[in-house]
Formats: sequence, C-alpha cells, structure tokens
Amino acid sequence: MAETSGTMAASSAISSRWGRGLRRCLAHPQLWPLLTLILLLAGNGLFNPGFLALQWRDGHLYGNLIDIAHRAAPLALVSLGMTLVIALRGLDISVGAVLAIAATVAAWTIGHVSNDGLLPLWLAIAAALAAGALCGLWNGWLVVGAGMQPIVATLILMVAGRGIAQSISGGQILTLYYAPYSFLGNGFVLGLPFSLFVVAAVFALLQLALRKTALGLFVRAIGHNPQAAHLAGVRARAITLGAYVFCGIAAALAGLLVSSNVNSADANNAGLLLELDAILAVALGGSLLGGGRFSLAGSLLGALIIQALTTTIYAIGVPPQVNLAVKAVLVFAVMLLQSPLCRGQLRALLRLRAERRA
Amino acid sequence: MNTVAPAATSAAAGRRPWWRRPAQVPLLVTLVLFVAMAGAGGVLYHGFLTPQVFLNLLIDNAFLCIVAVGMTFVILAGGIDLSVGAVVAFSTVLLAELVQRHGWPPLAAIALVLAVGTGFGAGMGVLIQRFRLQPFVVTLAGMFLARGVATLISVDSIDIDQPWLAAVANLRLPLGGGSMLSVGALIALAVVAAGALLAGASSFGRTVYAIGGSESSARLMGLPVDATVVRVYALSGFCAALAGVVYTLYMLSGYSQHALGLELDAIAAVVIGGTVLAGGSGYVLGTLLGVLVLGLIQTLIVFDGELSSWWTRIVIGALLLAFCLLQRLFRRKEIKP
Repeated sequence: MAETSGTMAASSAISSRWGRGLRRCLAHPQLWPLLTLILLLAGNGLFNPGFLALQWRDGHLYGNLIDIAHRAAPLALVSLGMTLVIALRGLDISVGAVLAIAATVAAWTIGHVSNDGLLPLWLAIAAALAAGALCGLWNGWLVVGAGMQPIVATLILMVAGRGIAQSISGGQILTLYYAPYSFLGNGFVLGLPFSLFVVAAVFALLQLALRKTALGLFVRAIGHNPQAAHLAGVRARAITLGAYVFCGIAAALAGLLVSSNVNSADANNAGLLLELDAILAVALGGSLLGGGRFSLAGSLLGALIIQALTTTIYAIGVPPQVNLAVKAVLVFAVMLLQSPLCRGQLRALLRLRAERRA
Repeated sequence: MNTVAPAATSAAAGRRPWWRRPAQVPLLVTLVLFVAMAGAGGVLYHGFLTPQVFLNLLIDNAFLCIVAVGMTFVILAGGIDLSVGAVVAFSTVLLAELVQRHGWPPLAAIALVLAVGTGFGAGMGVLIQRFRLQPFVVTLAGMFLARGVATLISVDSIDIDQPWLAAVANLRLPLGGGSMLSVGALIALAVVAAGALLAGASSFGRTVYAIGGSESSARLMGLPVDATVVRVYALSGFCAALAGVVYTLYMLSGYSQHALGLELDAIAAVVIGGTVLAGGSGYVLGTLLGVLVLGLIQTLIVFDGELSSWWTRIVIGALLLAFCLLQRLFRRKEIKP
C-alpha cells in the first residue's frame, strides 16, 4: 500500500515535471498550427503514399506539397495583411473585393496598352498595386479619420467593391492573352513557383520592418491598449492607416497572382469569401482576434493549413462543399481554445479529474 | 460642472422637438430619400407611380425584410449576425428536402425548420455570451457551418412541386384596383409589426436597448443581460429561418447557394433605416423603410433599363457610407453640444 502511494507520488512528480515541460511547449504560439499542418500532411501521406512525393520534371519541382504552397500563396499574402490589421484591433472584410478590383484593373490595363514588350506587365502591376493601396487608404481613412468601426468601414467597400470592379470590366470576365502576365501566377524560378517568391519577399520585408525597427513594438502596444500607446507617444493613427494600406496592397498582389493564374479577371467571383479564409488563417496561426498578440509566421501556417485541408478534401473524394462545414468546426474549435474563459473551465475540469484519480 | 453638463444636455434633448432628436434624424433622412426617389421615378419613368410597383417592393423583398427585423434586434443589442444569409439558404434546402424527398407534411417541415433556425441562433448566442467571443467571428463560423451543412444535405437545387406549397406560393390577395400582395409579403408585414411591438413595448425590447447603450450599466441595473443576448441571437435565427421559408415559397426551390450576401443587404437596410451600428438606438419601422429604399434602388435601375445591375451595389455602398457618416456626425454633436 505504502509502496503504491510512493510510486504514485513519484509518478505525479514526474507528471508535474512533464506537465511543466508540456505546458511550456504548449505555450509556444506556433506549435499548434505546425502540428495541425504536419498531421494533415502525414494523414494524407498515410492514405495516399504518393501524396508527399516530390518530382523533378522539366527543370521544375512537382508534387502535392508544392501545389499546396502554390495555391495557398494568394491567401497567404492576404492573411499577412490581415494579421497586421487584426493586430491593431481592426478588421478588413473588403479584401476579397479589393482583390477583384486589382485583378480587374490589371486586366483592363493590359487590354488597353498595346505593346508587345514588358511595358504592359509593369503598367498592370503598378496600376493594380496603386488600386489596392487606394482601397486600403480609403478603408484606413474611414477607420482613422471618420472614426468608424473597422467592420462597418470595410463593409462599405466590400459591398461596393465588386460593383466598382464590374463597372471597370463592363460586367464581363476579362480574358488575358498576354504571355508575360501569366508568368506571375504560373511561372517557375529556380524550379519553384514564382508565387512562393512573392510571398517570401513580402514576409521577409514585413519581418524586417517589424523586428528591426520599433514598428513591431508599436503595433503590439497599440493592439494591447490603444489609449496607453497614444499617451506613450506612439503615432497610432498613422500606423493604423499604414496597416490598412498594406492590407490593400497585399490583396492587390494576391489579385495579380489569382488573375494571372487563370489568365482572366472575374469581378464577380475572384476572391469570393477570401476575407473569411484570411481571418480563419490568422486565427489558426495563433494571433489573437482581439488584437495585440500576432504572429506573421503563424498566419502563413494558417493559410497552408486551409489549403492543405482543401486539397485533402479533394483528394479523399468527399464533395468539396464539405470544406465549409469543416472550416466552421475548425473556427469554433480555435475560438474556444483562444477564449480565456473556456480555457479556465477546461483547466478546472482537468484538475477535477486529476484530483478524482488521486 | 462636469456632473451637471450631461444632465443638462439630456434635459435639452428631451425638450427638443421630436424631429430634431438624434435618433430620429437618420430616419427622417431615409423617409425623405424614399419619397424623393419615388418622386424622381415617377417623373422619369412612365407607369412608375402605381400601387403595384410599391407592393412589389414588399413582395420581392419580403425575406430581406424579415431577416432585417431580426438583424435590427442584434444590432440594437450591440452585436452583429453574419450567419443570416446562410441560415436562409439552409432553411430552404432543409424544407425542400423534407417536403420533396421525404414526403413530410409542409407545416410539420416548416415547424422543424423554424425550430432548427432558432436553436442555431441560440447556440451562437450562448457561445458569444458564455465564452465572451466576438459576435462577428462566431456568426462568421456559423455562416460557414450553415452553408456547409446545407450543401451536405443537397448539393443541387431542389425544385418544389408539392401542391400545397405551390398553392400558397402562388396565392395572391387582391387589394382592389388590380393590385395584390403575396403571402410572403403579409408574413413580412406581420413580422415588422410584431418586431416593432417587441422592441417598443416589452421588457425584452427595453433590455435590448439598455444592453446596446451600455452592457455594464444594464448589468448593474440588474437586467437579465445574459439571457437577453442569447434570446436576441435566437430571435435572429428564428427570423432567418422564417425568411428561409418565405424565400422557399418565393423561389419554389431549395438551394445551398440561395441568398448569397443577404447578410450585407440586411445590415445595410438596418443602417439605412437609422439604427446606430454601435447599438442602443434605432427602430424596427426604420428597418422596414431601409428595406424599401434598397428595393426602390433596384426597381429604379430595372425601370431605367440602361443602368447596369452593378450600380445597385455601388449605390448601396454609397448609401451605407453616407448613413454611417451621418451617425458619426450626430454622435459627436451629442458628446460635445
């Protein structure tokens, strides 16, 4: 009897040490999203042995993994922008509409510049990015200048944006017959899809700006407590405005990738429901939806998880519509895990169980 | 001085004639807009100012009207419900599936649809209230879930030829002078009347306004905040399900892609109807007016024939902007008189 209690005490000591280590591990913000992604891919690899294989063909790398990363690129770009906006206690639900506007502007520009060189490409990129920046500026001004709630401010562009895009395209799907443009969404550099380099470049630039300057600190300060940040002399308004502009530009970049990938710009359907996916990616990546705590790498992981999920569902042969329900369950789970109240209750439940067992 | 000033301004607001009180001004603007648009339509287009054109506004927007009444309560309480469009689609699919493929009697199927919608809304309300989650994100997930489950039930559109439902759908009540109303429009009017009563003359309505004004104050006053918030989302879910039934009658089909983006139209109608998006101020009757303005924009564009359909979206966006700015203007005036 005494022996068993002794072993139990020892085991509980071990379990508490384990528990501490586990807790520290669990506390790492990117662990859960990374684990989810790995599990998803491993599960796929288990059921479909060829899933994880990579092939070198025609000087390009092929395979499901590359495909997932390539298809996740537009979402990843948008969720990078969304991460910043959410970190600053905002929200941008107009990204899908902005993507459509940028794609349409790019297609329109190419259609109206007759030149066989690279000039139309540069003009299209510049015009699309300018359109995205303008949309972001508009959203940012409504939030910062007019003092609207972010959801409402961006709702306006979400409602009107596709109408604007349609008025540019004349209500038609603009088809592109211009080889250099399709390189953006279909081209390869060093054997990898070009879109991956775009995402990597934006990610690196953002990391540089947030880590090597005080910007990251300011963003966290504003997100945690806007008033305190303002009193501490942080230029909250300018930074918030900048975040919305960046989010618009990121959506425009995504619009370039999407439209060049399918060689057309569809004002009605390009980037439909993208805002929801982007918010989901940010939440999955461990950023707090209430602002303050954020992780750019986490959002990239979130975008990859969403795309891996979509690919999985296609691969299994389940109707793709199930995707929506699965995503919904995911959001609910992530939200509940993020909620301090729910965590507290779970913890109390676990403690109760442990006590009962003891 | 500081303690006196708010009391003085509220007394001044009380003395103000009703048409200059902040809560009424957006409503008046909407009314003027509606009359002006109708007048412009009458001048520009032949045959515009007939009763049936205006009754058609109700017939064609009955589902939007019902959804918007539920949304009014949610916004009055300081929340938002993005799942309504998806719940409408889900309800159409569930109703069509039960009646068409399983041979349920229509009334039993409708009762089940309403119960499911109410339960769904209440569930989201519990999540929002119990775990302090943001209403925006919870209802966003609810939107995914409702559309996802709707597609799980049936990917394809289900046409309805059940005789009783078809008869109700085609039923027209003559109002004299050749004009008529559909059953859906009558239900919408009943919902508006019930909503106005609920908001204006019940303790539930007063609690909703109090929560929208300030949740912590409402709590300190001893109002049942938690239960009311859950009931508000349940009400919105019920309205969405009822709108789904009306939409099924309107289209005579159930399809998971029905009512895409309806939540945005509903929010726009509520805001244009003068309800402040931060909560605490607004009227259900204003929402009816907002729905009619949205419908009138569409009708004007159809009557014109030259303008493309995308102008509807742009005009609604512009109206949304104008009314949001108007709300800001009045809130600022209230704060520093």
